[in-house]
Amino acid sequence: MWSFILKRLVQGVITVWFIATATFFAMHNVPGDPLLNDRAMTAAIRANVEAKYGLDKPISEQYVIYLGNLVRGDFGISFTQENREVNDIIREHFPVSATLGILAVLFAAAGGVLWGALTALYRNRMPDYLIMFFVILGISVPSFVIAAVSQLTLVGVNSALGATLLPVAGWGTLSHMLLPALVLGLGTMAYLTRLMRSSMLEVIGSDYVRTAKAKGLPASRIFTKHQLRNAILPVITVLGPSIAAITTGGFVVELVFAIPGLGRYFVQAVQQLDYTVIMGTTVFYGAFLVFMVIVVDVLYGFIDPRVRMQ
Amino acid sequence: MNETIKPVLSDDHFTRSAGKQLALYALLALGLLGGLMTLLSFLASGSGGGASGGAIDVENNSITITLRQEPPQLDSGRSTDAASFAVLGHVMEGLLSYDRAGQLIPGVADRWEIREDGATFWLRDNAFWSDGKPVTAHDFVFAWRRVVDPATGSQYAFITYPIKNAEAITNGDLPTQTLGVSAASDTQLEVIFEQATPYFDKLVAFITFLPTREDFFKSTNGRYAADADMLLYNGPYVLTEWVHGASMRWTKNPYYWNDEKGFLDAINVAYITTDVNAKLNLFKDAQIADTDLVAPMLPEAMERRWHIDRFMDGTVFFLEFNHREGRITRNKNFRRALQLAQDPSELVYKVLKEAAYIPAESLFPSWIQGAGDLFRKQHPPIKHQMNIEKAREHLELARIELGLDAWPPIVLLTGDTPVSTLSAEYYQELFKRNLGLELRIDLQTFKQRLAKMTSGEFDIVLSGWGPDYDDALTFGDLFSSWNLNNRGRYDSEEMDGYVRIAQSELDPVKRMQAFAEIQRLSYEDVVVLPMYERGWSFVVDPRLDGLIRRTVGPEVDYTYASIKK
Repeated sequence: MWSFILKRLVQGVITVWFIATATFFAMHNVPGDPLLNDRAMTAAIRANVEAKYGLDKPISEQYVIYLGNLVRGDFGISFTQENREVNDIIREHFPVSATLGILAVLFAAAGGVLWGALTALYRNRMPDYLIMFFVILGISVPSFVIAAVSQLTLVGVNSALGATLLPVAGWGTLSHMLLPALVLGLGTMAYLTRLMRSSMLEVIGSDYVRTAKAKGLPASRIFTKHQLRNAILPVITVLGPSIAAITTGGFVVELVFAIPGLGRYFVQAVQQLDYTVIMGTTVFYGAFLVFMVIVVDVLYGFIDPRVRMQ
Repeated sequence: MNETIKPVLSDDHFTRSAGKQLALYALLALGLLGGLMTLLSFLASGSGGGASGGAIDVENNSITITLRQEPPQLDSGRSTDAASFAVLGHVMEGLLSYDRAGQLIPGVADRWEIREDGATFWLRDNAFWSDGKPVTAHDFVFAWRRVVDPATGSQYAFITYPIKNAEAITNGDLPTQTLGVSAASDTQLEVIFEQATPYFDKLVAFITFLPTREDFFKSTNGRYAADADMLLYNGPYVLTEWVHGASMRWTKNPYYWNDEKGFLDAINVAYITTDVNAKLNLFKDAQIADTDLVAPMLPEAMERRWHIDRFMDGTVFFLEFNHREGRITRNKNFRRALQLAQDPSELVYKVLKEAAYIPAESLFPSWIQGAGDLFRKQHPPIKHQMNIEKAREHLELARIELGLDAWPPIVLLTGDTPVSTLSAEYYQELFKRNLGLELRIDLQTFKQRLAKMTSGEFDIVLSGWGPDYDDALTFGDLFSSWNLNNRGRYDSEEMDGYVRIAQSELDPVKRMQAFAEIQRLSYEDVVVLPMYERGWSFVVDPRLDGLIRRTVGPEVDYTYASIKK
């Protein structure tokens, strides 16, 4: 087990290095540069600003400096938020995205497993059709539509009640988190429901379930130990990447609900060619994704003993 | 298979029993989630701060507003963007500032004198920093020297170039101490000009000329303006809280001298978002005091009988031609043909349909001041008449002059905002219909468009220009051969001559005549095709009075705002 984890960790580090290098050179090859602004700069002013950011050095030298800083965990200072270190931006805003992401994933996982099991139990009956209708809706409607519509609905509800049921936007308390987390988790929840349904159906028809029934085991035990536990494996597998995807993909939801998360910086940095923030957030998210996949692999070993055996 | 082996449990019984089990798990999950959320909300309480008393809090005499983005740079010597300008406009004050109507009024300076060779500002003795110490002439000397210092890397350093030696210092040729500004005493600031600068009073109202106190600046160890406590304030408000990317709180500055400003005790910036729909929802929910309206929102706003206001943000948009050697657009007959084949009012009224936009008639927008009256009134621009017949004649002339058999596609470079995309498509269709020309739209993001504009990879570019200061020169020098913002590289001695007069002529009437010549030339020589002057529709909570949206200076101004009693 330990050598397995160690191997995965080494692979992870190489992956992150590759991400960093690819991003670095891709970024420098995009036309335009972070110093371009509405107001043109004279050559002298431009040279002053370039020197300030070390952009006057050749690319290869910048790359070496960059890698050196990366190893020390220093991503430098943002080009657009000129007084803030990228480390600070990540430290201040990632927890917000992570909180939102964790909640969303929990909603998605709990909802997905429960709805999926329910549809499988009642397959081809009313609850199944009804839930699958919403699942298709959840998968096909993009999150910015769901976010905007749910916010608008909330405004309607609030004004009908004459009081604030839930805040329309903002961040800070439990009530601020509820709606955005639900919206953010909805797509994944729909996807997991489908996954859980098909995996559950497969298990229901399997031999060992039939054997268990034949042995006369109580229904609750068959359902929990034989069906749920086995059917949940594929869900766990996609959960890791989902956590990373949700935590990094919250840009739209963060924008609509005015949430100070990292997703905003991630997307805007690319638009504004903010080199240091692009590098910082990409490497950070890349490392995060790699880490989540490793965690899932390890987790898998605990849930499915067969994995440990190999 | 079920038919051969009869199951011990019937399907129905199994489903019911498993369903119960599932319901139990659902309850358990809900309970766990609830517990976890409570825990998370404790952890997150430090990172938000969105809670507030609604749009208007009469009891605490405060309001809640939104900002479009986190202010990227509150160090006035280095800031370049509207969001930072808006914040600085509330927490800092320069030598001069603006009144409710947008006219210049005394700020830290209570009187001043502009001469041919320089200027003198006499500072009031009751202007204080937020730590109670007086604002002195030395604070301006320090701030302005910092702007031109190459080590600062200020992008707006060029705006100080009328001051003696400013350009040479920025180029690294002279030490910063040689800048033509000095403190004759604590309350007297002396400025020496590089060349006569009759509009210098308007210039010093700009953000780059705000004061910075040396001892405080040094005490911040390079973190100046990075946080609320890393900045010293001398405006009507001070920043008391600043959660990056999330919220800000501006509270009344007890040391501020002017009783005519700063009526609210606090202004809460509770939300930072660019999403206009989210802002509209917050406004409907009575969480914020004002919001902008875009065209699709206007019917609903009218249905709700909101009082809709409009203001011009000062920016003029135009089609800029590439005048570089070898470009088709260098041919004057070609440009004339395009000019005659279009009419901006069709674009504004029939295509864009933004209520606050007006068709542009000239390079100089309608609000620019002339000598004593509006420039537009004193020097009306040439009346534009669309004439497709004549346009085709000019196009044919151009074709012969250029020796072409057929027209190659013309590249129209544009940004990726909805309005510019729509405009580009309109022109593509228009010139195809009226002139049979094929326009190829090159859609680019902001920085990429700028990169292509700078390197000259376009025939026509959809571009715009907003004012830095309240003087015709902020538009007038745009197409001088030496202006780096002249991205089409228009180069004419006649234009350069008028710009030189406009820069340094002391007689206001003669100076305005030079601007009138620039206006005429830019039409007759078809330097650009004006499209529209941009404006915004907005709504304000009816309980709030005195909110000002400005054409020049900080775009939104709450310093004169108060809650109706």
